[in-house]
Amino acid sequence: MIEIENVRKSFGQLEVLKGINLTVQKGEVLTIIGGSGSGKSTLLTCINGLETIDAGRIVVDGTDVHAKGTDLNKLRRKLGIVFQQFNAFPHLTVLENVMLAPVKVLGQSKAEAEAMAVKQLTHVGLGDKLKVYPSRMSGGQQQRMAIARALAMSPAYMLFDEVTSALDPQLVGEVLDTLRMLASEGMTMICVTHEMKFAREVSDRVAFFHKGVMAEIAPPEELFGAPKDPELKTFLAATH
Amino acid sequence: MFDTALTLADLGFLAQGAVMTLAVTAVSVLAGTILGVVFGVLRNQLGTYWSLPITFLLDIFRSVPLLIQLVLGNALQSIMKLGWAPFTTSCVVLSLYTAAYCTEIVRGGISAVPATTRRAARSLGMTWWQDMRYIVAPLATRVSLPAWIGLTLGVMKDSALVLWLGLIELLRASQILVTRLQEPLFILLICGAIYFIISFPIARLGGYLEKRWSND
Repeated sequence: MIEIENVRKSFGQLEVLKGINLTVQKGEVLTIIGGSGSGKSTLLTCINGLETIDAGRIVVDGTDVHAKGTDLNKLRRKLGIVFQQFNAFPHLTVLENVMLAPVKVLGQSKAEAEAMAVKQLTHVGLGDKLKVYPSRMSGGQQQRMAIARALAMSPAYMLFDEVTSALDPQLVGEVLDTLRMLASEGMTMICVTHEMKFAREVSDRVAFFHKGVMAEIAPPEELFGAPKDPELKTFLAATH
Repeated sequence: MFDTALTLADLGFLAQGAVMTLAVTAVSVLAGTILGVVFGVLRNQLGTYWSLPITFLLDIFRSVPLLIQLVLGNALQSIMKLGWAPFTTSCVVLSLYTAAYCTEIVRGGISAVPATTRRAARSLGMTWWQDMRYIVAPLATRVSLPAWIGLTLGVMKDSALVLWLGLIELLRASQILVTRLQEPLFILLICGAIYFIISFPIARLGGYLEKRWSND
């Protein structure tokens, strides 16, 4: 369970998170929508401790992320995150990209890590690209590799930060299909996305962020079907 | 009484000089690179403000002519009664000189690694050290290699200045022969050829590594 309690965060003068309260249950798929600068991506990087917070608390399975003495490297093993940029390690093959962290961080044997890597890469449809370098792959393939790389750590939660935003339109589908597959397998996911159709399909709940505030949160049919917040209405009208 | 033809022994003498040049270069580049990596990482970690003392110190080594550094370094070691041999003094000064340039190369290489790539590494639970070791080091090395090869070749040629401390390296050996044989152009041609023979493999090694790393 991820518990977010009254989290505040500023970059200089600009307050990007103005007291967010949110709880994500095991097995839940939560999508976060909202305009740019609404704080949705920042929240994700606060959850795995890449960013500090100014007030409030984020607790993951009983561990206070930002408390002194929290072993963030250990915590991050259970929080997979995939970013907008593909972030492939360009000097490693696809297989090596996925094997690196399980071997170095989890201390798995090469054979163990390779078996897991092959399994995850096959899962995301890259079973035939094991020996290829990332630069030889399309953006969609690189992004699916990044997903496999995160999954190889056997995380309890997956955080997706606008993973299709940097993709060519024709490549968005293959990545969303991968996310759909994970959702249907019961992975606990928080997805920040601009893909409304996708949010509608896979989410258990959808949250709308506006200017650092979570303006509305509801199951998708309710949030998209009968939006209450005026900003959300404007936002939805603009995205159609 | 004086032999004025180039003998085999003279060529051996030049070869000895070349070995001295190689020895001074090897020690200085090795030590300078290790120091350069340490300072480069430090400068990157500390940020502009806190690394100011390092930056200032290294700027001195980059801006004062090497000849002056060698003479001052030698004077300093005798004032401090360190009793260093000219070879040691030469290597110490040249190492610091190399380190000053290498620090900038390393710093540039590290900052060329995208912050987002490093963030991805840390997100996978890697420690700072693992990120540096498995992601930053290989990527920064690829970026820095051409500049580092250039530095190595430069240091090898600059190492000729250690002749002022009395070391008989390649250039000094050539000068001695010129004095005796009175054939400056011919001797310097041989000397230049030897410098080239030493440099060429290093330059090619750089080219080879660049090519090998470029396919990924």
